[in-house]
Amino acid sequence: MTDLTISPQSVPQDSGTDAENRPIFVQEDRILGIAKSTWPGILAPIIIGIVALGFWEWIVQYRQIPHYVLPGPWLIAKTLIADWGTLSGSLWITLRITFAALIAAVTVGVALAIVFTQSKWLEMSLFPYAVILQVTPVVSIAPLIIIWVGDINLSLLICAWIVAFFPILSNTILGLNSADHNLVNLFQLYKANRWQTLRHLRLPAAMPYFLGGLKISGGLALIGAVVAEFVAGSGGSASGLAYRILESGYQLRIPRMFAALIMISVTGIAIFLLTSWISHMFLRKWHESAIKREN
Amino acid sequence: MTAAPDMTTGAGAGHKPRPLVAIRDVSKQFANGTIAVRDVNLDLARGEFVSLLGPSGCGKSTLLRMISGLGDPSRGVIDWPTSAHDADGHAEPDLGFVFQEPTLMPWATTLKNVMLPLTLKGVDRHKAEATSATMLALVGLKGFEGSYPRELSGGMKMRVSIARALVTRPSILLMDEPFAALDEITRHKLNDDLLKLWWEQRFTAVFVTHSVFESVYLSQRIVVMAARPGRIMADLTVDAPHPRDALFRTSAQYADLCRMASNALGKAMHG
Repeated sequence: MTDLTISPQSVPQDSGTDAENRPIFVQEDRILGIAKSTWPGILAPIIIGIVALGFWEWIVQYRQIPHYVLPGPWLIAKTLIADWGTLSGSLWITLRITFAALIAAVTVGVALAIVFTQSKWLEMSLFPYAVILQVTPVVSIAPLIIIWVGDINLSLLICAWIVAFFPILSNTILGLNSADHNLVNLFQLYKANRWQTLRHLRLPAAMPYFLGGLKISGGLALIGAVVAEFVAGSGGSASGLAYRILESGYQLRIPRMFAALIMISVTGIAIFLLTSWISHMFLRKWHESAIKREN
Repeated sequence: MTAAPDMTTGAGAGHKPRPLVAIRDVSKQFANGTIAVRDVNLDLARGEFVSLLGPSGCGKSTLLRMISGLGDPSRGVIDWPTSAHDADGHAEPDLGFVFQEPTLMPWATTLKNVMLPLTLKGVDRHKAEATSATMLALVGLKGFEGSYPRELSGGMKMRVSIARALVTRPSILLMDEPFAALDEITRHKLNDDLLKLWWEQRFTAVFVTHSVFESVYLSQRIVVMAARPGRIMADLTVDAPHPRDALFRTSAQYADLCRMASNALGKAMHG
């Protein structure tokens, strides 16, 4: 936050601009580029994780639990490396569907939100159907979609998209409508057209809301992809991580099941971190959520 | 219209040059039935500094918004005899508006906020940046071009808001209780700086306030309004020369003028 400090010489003495009343922001030391107060949040979960893994390994060894009931973390790690070829192929397929669904959700969600806020009639007529799409459990319509669409990858993409797109749509609509009323008036005074109002006012005002929706949708896209794949249960070489879990279950290859599960979790965490980072990059300069004030 | 006994009644006479704004029999009724403004007649001359003074709920802000074109009168006309008109016959006055809050875009730097009116008019970016930087310097914020609104104090944000309103060099500046939320020291300083800007640039200023002292200090003319329904009760001329400064604020003349304006306001409020 060093860029926030304004050198004293830029404000003449007794300028009367009440510059000395400016808010004061927290200035923090950094270790490895990360603020000091962030470190406990990183280190504490890691330490807890290591302790829990150690306990898990110990109980499996000590009680002689068979690996088809509960494999130890060490065995899972070895399986992860040994089966990396198969598993990474599946990961790549799941990732592709997840990100394609997320991109489609962002595109359709934002586009629909813009259209809805431009025309109250369209919003009134179409929004209920968006809600219906959202509240219908994807598990129950996935078989239908698979039958109708035919192509398995496209079906999975559609399922994941259905799950992911609603938070973006509803958050962006909320954001587009939450521009400061006086600013809207100001744009009217300067005879701004719709496009100018959208570009210079409504879209920036909607940004924090959209990014909040993106964070939720990122995780949902992955869940949608995995759930749909469970329903599809398709075999063959080109199958995602969910299929690997099903397959390992049938074959009682429980360590491999755990390995696939871990890959899904790690993917989810990675998506969360990525969307959080994107959000931070967009908002850090101006939004209250990204600023620490000193009281 | 009643005028205070020892002050001259201002404006309205036919022999003057055409006014910048002519408000004729304007009334405003809201959808819920409230009559915000009733039968207002008012001429604003080019270059004058007018305050609309009155208690809250007297329709002074509503009147100001109607002058700006935000919200049409229910009855009557607001005419701009000397301004350009569009194809539909609506006046297109070049005006600036300062709201009660700074109303800045939090995602944009100070410079970009000031540039907004020029951006919306499609002015070339480099030219707009240069003009806006000059305007920022005029309101005392040189060096803060790259700051975001959250990094500024209340008074500084208001200065940015004023810079934005003036960046198009408007012929009229409408202000809706702009300094009401500021502390007194900051308000005095901003009053002085506003007067200086007005003295140098000679725009018409319409200043809505509920402060007798602020209205007397700033204006050449005070329009006193009463509430329920909002109407004009008195039109006072503040007969003290500009430029005014801290010396004027402590003078006996200022105290006299304040007393008279205060009496007019008291009469407007209690009949």
